[in-house]
Amino acid sequence: MTSVTGVSVTEMRRPPSRAPGRDRQRRGSDHAAWFLVLPALIPILVLSVGPLLYGVLLAFTDSQSGRTAPTQWIGGLNFRDLLHDTLFWESFRIGLVWAVGVTVPQFLLALGLALLLNQDLRLRWLARALAIVPWAMPEVVVGIMWRIVYNPDAGILNETLHDLGLGNGRDWLSSLTTALPAVIVVGVWAGMPQTTVALLAGLQNTPRELHEAAAVDGAGAWRRFRTVTWPALRPVALAITALNLIWNFNSFALVYVLTNGGPGGRTRLPMLFAYEEAFRYGQFGYAAAMGCVMVAVISVLLAVFLVGRLRGGDDS
Amino acid sequence: MRTSSTSGMRTSTGARAGQYAALLAYLVFLAFPLLWLISTAFKSPRELGSLHPTWIPRHPTLANFRQAFDEQPLLHAALNSLLAALGAALIAVVIATPMAWVMARRRTLLARAATGWVVVSQAFPFVLVIIPLFLVLKNLRLIDSLAGLVLVYVVWSLPFALWMLVGYVRAVPPELEEAAAVDGAGKLRTLVSVTAPLLAPGIVATALFAFVTAWNEFFFALVLLKTPDKQTLPVVLTHFIGAEGVADLGPLAAAAFLATLPSLIVFALIQRRITGGMLTGAVKS
Repeated sequence: MTSVTGVSVTEMRRPPSRAPGRDRQRRGSDHAAWFLVLPALIPILVLSVGPLLYGVLLAFTDSQSGRTAPTQWIGGLNFRDLLHDTLFWESFRIGLVWAVGVTVPQFLLALGLALLLNQDLRLRWLARALAIVPWAMPEVVVGIMWRIVYNPDAGILNETLHDLGLGNGRDWLSSLTTALPAVIVVGVWAGMPQTTVALLAGLQNTPRELHEAAAVDGAGAWRRFRTVTWPALRPVALAITALNLIWNFNSFALVYVLTNGGPGGRTRLPMLFAYEEAFRYGQFGYAAAMGCVMVAVISVLLAVFLVGRLRGGDDS
Repeated sequence: MRTSSTSGMRTSTGARAGQYAALLAYLVFLAFPLLWLISTAFKSPRELGSLHPTWIPRHPTLANFRQAFDEQPLLHAALNSLLAALGAALIAVVIATPMAWVMARRRTLLARAATGWVVVSQAFPFVLVIIPLFLVLKNLRLIDSLAGLVLVYVVWSLPFALWMLVGYVRAVPPELEEAAAVDGAGKLRTLVSVTAPLLAPGIVATALFAFVTAWNEFFFALVLLKTPDKQTLPVVLTHFIGAEGVADLGPLAAAAFLATLPSLIVFALIQRRITGGMLTGAVKS
């Protein structure tokens, strides 16, 4: 109702205000843009960009929690200490094993699921809904849930193994050999939805005509996938894999709940390590240096991965 | 109709059977931990102690739920979570919508820098941000307070919110806004009375997504909230797990199950829009 009257009123005013209105609008537009952006920009600067830069600076100081003496610049001392910190590098290695160990199966499983969901199958709605559920769940709950699954006595895993006659099972999360693989399985489960959704979106963008043309030419399913589906899917696949790699390397809550880094540090991801360094031992400067190293190494690895993949695309 | 089912018709029955077998395997892998959580939540302590647990509780009971509420201040924690998530979702949407409009409609340096930030922040290293954030909030006297947590959640949900909203803004034809501007409506008037109503469904979906993100969040809450009666649900849930990792499984499962319900319900509402939002953002950029 109001919009109707609004139009009719402004309709009458239109001719005279046209030219000056345009002018005023163009000059005012940049001010208006700032006005529109500012409410979001200030929090972003104060709580996102600022802290990031501050964090890099902290890495070059001896900042500690609850200390009364003023914080001092110590140059690269934190980094030199870090270089000889074997515990950190062990944690770093575990972090890489975890990140790759989760990202690769995550991608393959998600690709399979996305291809299935792109078919006209019965029960597709159920799989679609279930595939989204891990995304909606709090990570803490995912961790708790899998603790119960892995529980040596009340867990379903050992019971199933027992029923299948595969031995009496074990304490998966407390054993030195199985703890890391066990948490990796949880990581794969928890991270599949985003990957599946992204790949499914990519699949639905692949031209159907090409698919049908290839099928008419007698190309089998694998050939069709290689020549039609994959080239169209590649950009999405690359982007989501790169993102997964970063997300997984920065992962915290899942493993914190599942093992808290145990047994004997076997699942102590770098995030857990840095968290303890900062908020249990109060070594802010040192922990910030760890953060810098993590970012630097991951950026380099990612650059190598992306450049390698992109170049691989040019060759084929 | 025909085109969409042709690819199905061509598939041989053998391949079809293989596809269904694979789909079944996925369903089992995705569903079994959930079903086990629910099953455990309804089992008596005695049954949980038995050697051979079963899928269906022999004597279903609500005792675990009662015990969970007795052991930990779940209701209070849920209230904290609700306040933090509602606050974060509302503020995020209010400040993100105008910015998303600028990012979608303008080609200025500012708009491009904002887009860059959205992309880069996906790769943000939390370790590097959390320590300075802790110090900044401490100076602002916002540590150990829900207000401080809300601020952090707002910023933390902005990238995805902007990503989704930019997609929705692009779906609104600029001609509509131009027509209103020609009619003499001011910039802000145009946005409020022309663009915003068309964006409403997208704004609601974005707000709900921000709500779930905040409701589920753990790391910032763990670091920033120290007083027990300020802690949010995910933090309180971890208190069920003792120092030695020994947990009372029944109440733990019951509490975890309850804590998930709001997220699941909200996600069910917006599922389509989330996947759609991801798609439009990805296609247009």
